[in-house]
Amino acid sequence: MEPETHIRVKNLNVYYGKDHVLRDVSINIPDKRVIVIIGPSGCGKTTLLRSFNRLVDTVDGVRVSGEVMVDEENIFDPHVELTHIRKKMGLLSQTPYPLPMSIYDNVAYGPRLHGIKDKKKLNSVVEHYLKIAGLWEEVKDKLHTPATQVSIGQQQRLCLARGLAVEPEIILADEPTSALDPKSSRHIEESFLRLKKDYTIIVVTHILRQARRLADYVIFLYCGELIEHGPARQVFESPREKMTREYIQGVIS
Amino acid sequence: MNIRVYKDKITARLMGVIAFLSCLILVLIIAGLYYRSRPVLELKPFLELLTSGSWHPLRQEFGFYPFIMGSLWVTGVAIIMAIPLCLLTSIYLSEYAPGYLREWIKPLIDLLAGIPSVIYGVWGVLVIVPLIKDTIAPRVGSFSSGYCVLSGGVVLGIMICPIIIHVSLEVFRAVPRELREASLSLGATRWQTIKQVVLRKARPGIMAAIVLGLSRAFGETMAVLMVVGNVPRAPGSLLDAAYPLPALIANNYGEMLSVPLYDSALMLACFILLLVVLLFNIVARIVLIRIERQM
Ligand SMILES: Nc1ncnc2c1ncn2[C@@H]1O[C@H](COP(=O)(O)OP(=O)(O)OP(=O)(O)O)[C@@H](O)[C@H]1O
Ligand SMILES: [Mg+2]
Repeated sequence: MEPETHIRVKNLNVYYGKDHVLRDVSINIPDKRVIVIIGPSGCGKTTLLRSFNRLVDTVDGVRVSGEVMVDEENIFDPHVELTHIRKKMGLLSQTPYPLPMSIYDNVAYGPRLHGIKDKKKLNSVVEHYLKIAGLWEEVKDKLHTPATQVSIGQQQRLCLARGLAVEPEIILADEPTSALDPKSSRHIEESFLRLKKDYTIIVVTHILRQARRLADYVIFLYCGELIEHGPARQVFESPREKMTREYIQGVIS
Repeated sequence: MNIRVYKDKITARLMGVIAFLSCLILVLIIAGLYYRSRPVLELKPFLELLTSGSWHPLRQEFGFYPFIMGSLWVTGVAIIMAIPLCLLTSIYLSEYAPGYLREWIKPLIDLLAGIPSVIYGVWGVLVIVPLIKDTIAPRVGSFSSGYCVLSGGVVLGIMICPIIIHVSLEVFRAVPRELREASLSLGATRWQTIKQVVLRKARPGIMAAIVLGLSRAFGETMAVLMVVGNVPRAPGSLLDAAYPLPALIANNYGEMLSVPLYDSALMLACFILLLVVLLFNIVARIVLIRIERQM
């Protein structure tokens, strides 16, 4: 039986100008798990991830065909309301980009956009999500300093808290630890493992060891094509496709 | 020694000397202006010259107050007009316009910056002055020759747009894309993102752009001189004539130099003008260089 799913991708094609970067990708993404997207550099991992919340739209000259169904709604439908779609997904980028404001305001940014004005409510939201991201103890005495003044690792956890504060169902993370030191990376990985019972977490990585540590489900892309996907155990231990095996063994990269 | 290496060394030296000389020229100009304005500075203390309103060269009274006020009024009107125009334009070009449109419009705007200022002046005389005299002044129930602060401000406001748009566009483009994406991914609309993230991040750069525009406006001579009326009295309203510093210098230098100390007073005007413009430019450049480093 297919696992429950919020995100269904059907025949997704993405072109940047004439570059055909995602070719006919179809997949059902299982819920409440860590899904890891692996594949060599330039194979379209970031593009696939950014299709889920339509950030691909921000690229000049992009063209998309096919469907991405989120909660039975095709997000590429021209009538869809973007802010509503994007609010369902938190995003972690390769390097953390705190907004140019204080730590507190970073976390409160999303809730404020969506109408929470009450001071007390905001305070408790900020505290709650900073705790979930494992950052509260470190920043509780400097909530009102500019967010850019904390370490990179802390910034990444702040970005996680900021994303969680809009109460998404899905977390999208694009190589979220590639700019971090080992300790901060471990922090992030641990948060993912903690959060996966409540969220669907989609992580792009090209560190295979990290993929093995995190993944419940693996998606392997190669040159814009979806080569293989399946439960982590199966993909890592007995891949169906020759190409997957070679990638996992490090023959191709 | 290899002749190519030799040539290379000589050219490098030569260019070094030339670069040094052009810096030196600036220093020399400042020193020269200061030196030549000393006689009038000995006549009265500097502050009194700045705040006195009586300008009677024949009686040796040189109060710069009317000209300084003239400059401030005209520059003020120009900048108030230009800021919203320029910000909206550069926000549109940076955040909403598709890339190809931006690449087309950018050089066009830079082209505007190259229009000789006398042409802006002529346009002011032919279009703005009559508009103010025949339409705007009667509307508000007062009389104006049309040659006034408002005309000068409008002409200047248009003139300084290209530089402000150019610089602020670069500043907006320097805001990292990921920052916008972070805000969008939290469910912000584009306008919310611009207001709360892009503008906030870009604020120092926008300030610098405005200060550059200010310094351009403050020093502009020809176009303003043609439309402001040139009456040496501090203006009391937008429809009064004004006489900004650059116009004073350009109109009088070489004409009434037989009057004792007149020449020295004009040199002092040059000195003030140069210092203000330099100061504005230096501040703006420093901010912009900082922003570039952060990228
Ligand atoms: N903004 C863009 N404009 C044009 N082409 C792009 C753009 N972004 C990515 N591409 C191209 O699309 C293809 C897929 O890029 P993508 O960033 O999705 O790959 P990736 O798998 O994330 O790579 P990496 O592991 O290096 O991050 C690449 O060939 C890239 O050159
Ligand atoms: Mg990538």
